[in-house]
Amino acid sequence: MSAPATTVAPNRVVQQQASAWELAQAIQNGQTTSLELVEDAYERIATMDGTIGAFLSLTKEKAIETASQVDADAKAGKPLKLLAGVPIALKDNMNMTGTKTTCASKILKGYVSPYNATVVEKLVANGLPVVGKTNLDEFAMGSSNENSAYGLVKNPVDIERVPGGSSGGSAAAVAAGMVSLSLGSDTGGSIRQPASLCGLVGVKPTYGSVSRFGLVAFASSLDQIGPFARTVTDAAALYQVIAGHDERDATSRADATPTLDIAALAAGGEDLKGLRVGVLQELDGISGDSKKALQPETIEAFHKGLDTLKALGATLTTVSLPSTQYSVPIYYILATAEASSNLGRYDGVRYGHRADAANLHPMYRATRAEGFGPEVKRRILLGTFCLSAGYYDAFYGKAQQARRLMTREFAETFAKVDVLVCPTSPCTAFKFGEKSSDPLAMYLSDIATIPANIAGVPAISVPCGVDALGLPIGLQITGPHLSEAQLFHVARAFEAATASRA
Amino acid sequence: MNTIAPATIAPTGIIHTPNGDYETIIGVEVHVQLNTTTKLFCGDTLSFGDAPNDHTCPICLGYPGVLPVLNQQAVEKAVTLGLALGCTIATVCKFDRKHYFYPDLPKAYQISQFDEPLCSNGTLTLANGRVVGIQRAHLEEDAGKLNHVGAEGLAGSLYSLVDLNRAGTPLLEVVSHPDLRSGEECKEYMATLRNLVRCLNVCDGNLEEGSMRCDANVSVRKVGATQYGTRAEVKNMNSLRSIQRAVEYEAQRQVDLVESGGKVVQETRLWNDATGTTISMRGKEAANDYRYFPEPDLPPLRLSVTWLEDMKANLPELPKQRYERYTQTIGLPDFEANLLTENQELGDYFDAALALTADNKALHKPIANWLVGDITAWLNTEKLSLTDTKLTPSLLVELVTLLEAQTIGSAVAKQLLPELLTDGASPKALVDSRGLGQINDTSALEALVAQVLAANPAEVEAYKGGKTKLMGFFVGQVMKATQGKANAATMTELLQKKLAE
Repeated sequence: MSAPATTVAPNRVVQQQASAWELAQAIQNGQTTSLELVEDAYERIATMDGTIGAFLSLTKEKAIETASQVDADAKAGKPLKLLAGVPIALKDNMNMTGTKTTCASKILKGYVSPYNATVVEKLVANGLPVVGKTNLDEFAMGSSNENSAYGLVKNPVDIERVPGGSSGGSAAAVAAGMVSLSLGSDTGGSIRQPASLCGLVGVKPTYGSVSRFGLVAFASSLDQIGPFARTVTDAAALYQVIAGHDERDATSRADATPTLDIAALAAGGEDLKGLRVGVLQELDGISGDSKKALQPETIEAFHKGLDTLKALGATLTTVSLPSTQYSVPIYYILATAEASSNLGRYDGVRYGHRADAANLHPMYRATRAEGFGPEVKRRILLGTFCLSAGYYDAFYGKAQQARRLMTREFAETFAKVDVLVCPTSPCTAFKFGEKSSDPLAMYLSDIATIPANIAGVPAISVPCGVDALGLPIGLQITGPHLSEAQLFHVARAFEAATASRA
Repeated sequence: MNTIAPATIAPTGIIHTPNGDYETIIGVEVHVQLNTTTKLFCGDTLSFGDAPNDHTCPICLGYPGVLPVLNQQAVEKAVTLGLALGCTIATVCKFDRKHYFYPDLPKAYQISQFDEPLCSNGTLTLANGRVVGIQRAHLEEDAGKLNHVGAEGLAGSLYSLVDLNRAGTPLLEVVSHPDLRSGEECKEYMATLRNLVRCLNVCDGNLEEGSMRCDANVSVRKVGATQYGTRAEVKNMNSLRSIQRAVEYEAQRQVDLVESGGKVVQETRLWNDATGTTISMRGKEAANDYRYFPEPDLPPLRLSVTWLEDMKANLPELPKQRYERYTQTIGLPDFEANLLTENQELGDYFDAALALTADNKALHKPIANWLVGDITAWLNTEKLSLTDTKLTPSLLVELVTLLEAQTIGSAVAKQLLPELLTDGASPKALVDSRGLGQINDTSALEALVAQVLAANPAEVEAYKGGKTKLMGFFVGQVMKATQGKANAATMTELLQKKLAE
């Protein structure tokens, strides 16, 4: 099925591939087999991943096992489940029995998962072969994938540039065409920002709609697993596969099971008549602050995107969520506080790295000093400080108040508009090292994506043009809780319109 | 150190010194291990004494990516105890993370409740009528256990082994107000609470196995002072007696310290049962900042008012109520009523026997008598509990009925008891088949008495000479001759009559 490599630019390492939805049809129709697709994927990984660095480990045995079952079912004429047989990559912060889960950290070197994450169970139950685990910023902390202890991930669109982060490996694996689907996790933009930088569709679902059981926690109240794909239909289908209530996650919503009509979505052809689109004033590229924050080409592409929405029949209004200007500080208090707590368990006692030391406390100190990278340490320190006696009220308590305020502003806004739009990332893919010396500049990469995590609402990033260098720009569409069906509908219409325009 | 006159400690907790009297102020925190089927946040079963780490899973081992799910049974048991303590049960409360690093704490935080406990503002009434305020009772998970090899504690050990079987066990931490005034009262408080948890079936109440662990916050102050003194927290008492001793020792230590010009330091002290002293666990607590924050993995716990009302309506009879029923309705003496109330198993057994004899109230007191007397004595000797025996309440009723009807005498009943307890045979059948029926016939007894007196002329002489203690000897001889079947009262009367001639 795979087409020969096409090279558009010297720095571009991308292979064309059919969409996951098409591949699933082809398996069901007997035009190809899941095993063939899995072998294809491994072939492409073998030829491309030396350059890209998307994968940390491959899970060939398990992939073949799943694929064989799907092929047997297909041969027996059984109706296959949604996306059955389509290879997928998994961010290496999700547990899969018998596989290494490193979180791209030295501290988890040698750790082998003794259990399956709920999403992994769902993937396997639906017949999606997991081909491997992908690189990330250590413990999902970062926006460029430069914080991995196991090497950089190159953006397949331009291998001199970052793929974004923290789900950089999952984004690059799909963008390069090694697989058509992958899962990432998004705590402050870790799916949407790399999707934007790699020219993909990336979804941060409603908090509680996809089980977090088995996802290694960074910030428990913000983390959410979501899909990467090259098309909106593929992303929606994958969301349909992984979403749903889970008894093992107490924060999972009882009403989370989606009932998306993927075939209708694939067929497309719908307009957006009657859709009320809110343009977020704080990030519209027009008002003072946002004009400074955003790359000019991003503003341009975003405004073209607004024209497209209008042409599809949507009405645009400018809305303001004043609290979003505090989203970065709120986020870096809540997320680091939770992270400092969640990462306490990596103490060398039970699993992962343990430093040699004669006594307990030196062992703790050396294990964590050797095991964690600088960004993780920075965040543990920040979070520990925020929760310390005498500081709690001023930091964590205040941030929680602001979080409630922002959640309320979102709710009020969604009484007036159906969706909110803004650019996903303030800029396109940047070069390695460009921002890594300035943590604050790096933190600002997430300025547009963080609010959805804080409010727990779903958001999707869809491609919305390229800059002068051909680097992708993403449009973020945000909706109220559990409005994924609507987000996919809007994104699909937008995708179809921009494809036909291009 | 100045030489100070030896102070004496009264059961009231008042410590006398030449400079005046001190009173002891104690507030206790009791960790009640709830006897749920599974742990507080995962599906592992609870255990005591099983092979290390046999009752563990990725969740209680704190593996990467796991999440806690609250055990409903633990909430039910916690609410049951809270209601029995007269607490206000929060309809909404939350869980918090308490952080510290130690190898027995897999996640490096304990899921507990910081500022929104499930239960608050209750009371526990002691046998002496004193009402002790319960400040709060909150749910939390237990830590694991470290086995230090080569030393008593971590310090100096060659290596330490981590056993996480206990990690995640549900605890209800019951915190009293500083209302207790002596070691004895602390013991009493703990015993009363133990009765209550056993009665409610929320905890096995086993102090030795650590199912109930007591930390006592002890301080002293001059009688009449209104401010509390600096307190020390005393831990590691695993019996009622050690609680009393530890508190008494600690109060005395503090008074001695203050009297010799020293100052009490706020610290945690470990009770050593062997030496009978408390020693400082230096530095462990002082620098701790637990960095509490709301547990993001668990949504707030919400309890409906109707559910709470149902729970309240379905509370079993509490020890205090049972005691009152035994003393007031049945008319048992204080001692027996107490024993039957304190021992849940014995009380339940007694109630089962009561149910069988509702129409024969005359049997109630004898049944109680047998239970707290011979049966308890036998169980103590054999180190068994009632459930280990084959004597059902209906068989005990049968035995007591035979006694009351004077079909058998108590000597025969006592003879039969071990057999009844171990074999579960019918007392009536045994009496019939072995011909153990009581000899009530006066003429037959008269003949026997005459026979015994004739055979022991020397003793008869001695008795008549004033050695009346020999009556027991004659009774024994008659019983021996009848294999215990003689009606003791009639026979004694006959003996007295004959010997007086």
